[in-house]
Amino acid sequence: MELRLEGVTKRFGGFTAVDDLTLTVPQGSFFALLGASGCGKTTTLRMVAGLEEPTAGRILLGDQDVSRLRPYRRPVNTVFQSYALFPHLTVFDNVAFGLRRRGVRDVKERVDRMLSLVRLSGFGPRRPAQLSGGQQQRVALARALVNQPQVLLLDEPLGALDLKLRREMQIELKRIQTEVGITFLHVTHDQEEAMWMADTVAVMDAGRIQQLGAPTEMYEFPASAFVANFLGQSNLIAATVDGRSGDDIQVTAHGSRFALPAARCRAVSGEVLLGVRPEKLHLSSDSAPDGYNAIRGVVTDACYAGVSTEYLLRTEWEQEISVFAANAAPGGLLSPGTEVVAYWHPSHSFVLEKS
Amino acid sequence: MSALGQLVSSGPAPVVPPRRRRRWLPYLLLLPGGLWLALFFAIPAAQLFATSLYDPTGSIETGYAMAWEFGNYLDAVRQYAGHFGRSLGYAGLTTVLTLLLGYPLAYAIALKSGRWKNVLLICVVAPFFTSFLVRTLAWKVILADTGPVVSTLNALHVPLPDGRLLATAPAVIAGLVYNFLPFMVLPLYASLERLDPRLLEAAGDLYARPFNRFARVTLPLSMPGLVAGTLLTFIPAAGDYINAQLLGTSRQFMIGNVIYSRFLRVGDYPTAAALSFVLMAVILAVVFVYVRRVGTEEVL
Repeated sequence: MELRLEGVTKRFGGFTAVDDLTLTVPQGSFFALLGASGCGKTTTLRMVAGLEEPTAGRILLGDQDVSRLRPYRRPVNTVFQSYALFPHLTVFDNVAFGLRRRGVRDVKERVDRMLSLVRLSGFGPRRPAQLSGGQQQRVALARALVNQPQVLLLDEPLGALDLKLRREMQIELKRIQTEVGITFLHVTHDQEEAMWMADTVAVMDAGRIQQLGAPTEMYEFPASAFVANFLGQSNLIAATVDGRSGDDIQVTAHGSRFALPAARCRAVSGEVLLGVRPEKLHLSSDSAPDGYNAIRGVVTDACYAGVSTEYLLRTEWEQEISVFAANAAPGGLLSPGTEVVAYWHPSHSFVLEKS
Repeated sequence: MSALGQLVSSGPAPVVPPRRRRRWLPYLLLLPGGLWLALFFAIPAAQLFATSLYDPTGSIETGYAMAWEFGNYLDAVRQYAGHFGRSLGYAGLTTVLTLLLGYPLAYAIALKSGRWKNVLLICVVAPFFTSFLVRTLAWKVILADTGPVVSTLNALHVPLPDGRLLATAPAVIAGLVYNFLPFMVLPLYASLERLDPRLLEAAGDLYARPFNRFARVTLPLSMPGLVAGTLLTFIPAAGDYINAQLLGTSRQFMIGNVIYSRFLRVGDYPTAAALSFVLMAVILAVVFVYVRRVGTEEVL
């Protein structure tokens, strides 16, 4: 069932945690709410769960307004950040908890099936304290999923796991979501996790959605400087729009002229920000190929990171630009002090409104 | 780390003397308390046990002879079975009532009191700043025939046995409940305070209505506090004699009153000692059965 939030606002005293939020999570999608801590993403999730009541606005599941329903009356279930497994119950009883409260029959078959889905068959008689973090995480997932909710809410479910386990669980979660086909609303501060798992990502800041869309679309063409820097890194250069020629927009930044497709511009006049992702930049010791935009700079720092090297260049106007170079090119690392040209294909840059 | 250590290290590793395990430390820590208990509990208890087997025909003036009189126990139980029954009944009722009063109180303080938590906790403990005896005497005034409670109940036409409260079983039980309430509230508070509120949210999220949430999550997780609180109430209440002494009459006397008067008024040491041991055994048996039934591994 589709989940819709209409003008949802939540205030705690004088603080507005969620500010007039409107969004639609389509049936069966894997939707990620991404933001730094305090951006309102967890409050949004808790309002959907019924653990907080919105100050204003409506939350709809399909056609049903659930905004004021108590949590136990909502067909949604939550995987809590620290799992919140019942310590006095076995794994089996934890997973069976929701089924038993609703008086569902064939509890045993359903629990067993769910435990095998999360690969914990045979762990039923154990207590949560006897499990590892990753296993507890999967029990929490099973405990919520076994109820076949309309929407599964995941509140930073992988935050407590170490990196390797987190990667494994990301793949696992994605597999399970595809298998059960339930709508997942996933709250995270980890942009890689959000991009990796979700079909749709909403970047939140200060209680509002800054941008919403498919991960590739958002990464390749961010809507604002905030998104450009929250989702990965961006080099943003202050520029002025000169005009248009055909499908291209011409901008000038610090005396250099650049062109890019008008379709990649969020603003087409006045003061703007010219953006380009570090991995889209290529380095050359003499000049850029025709049809590319280029800037000159001096290498100030080189960080070798195995698959790539992260360079910092200082431009003529004293701005630091970062460049990720795949370690696949012939020749060694560039040492600090080297003068270089960084160039990029016009379609790899974008123009944002200067806020 | 260790692999790197092996690669890098050359030559013999420096010999680090293993830190001496101080195996004697726990015993040292046990020593002061252990000595204290040996001196003031174990030895007197053994002495008391010996006393319980003295020839009952003796007296303080003529002295007692050790006669291994196990019959003292039979006589004591036979003669005072009613008092034992009353003690257990009063103590049981007191425990139930303190639990009914104390659980909501502890729950409210632990989970709902916000910034008033410390003030409320101080209120619970405040009675301890005055003596047990003084507080029970105050109840004598409160429950007196001309006191506020009786006159209010009279005004409301609530029938009272013999038209009074003082010197009745309800007065004794009320006093016991009052005096032992903090012993119930504090352990309950301690276990409810540790309760993770996210577990309650999880229960609600998993379709548990408030009552079910309480019965399936809150109550089981507060069992250690509940067991501790009921034991801390039941055990001293079963042996109490002050409340029956001050708020009751000889018809409300508990086994503690009998032991007190056998020891200090009549000077019948063997019977008093035998009663003390029977009381101890009865309480141990009750507690054992109770804890086995409730089955919280955390407590025993």
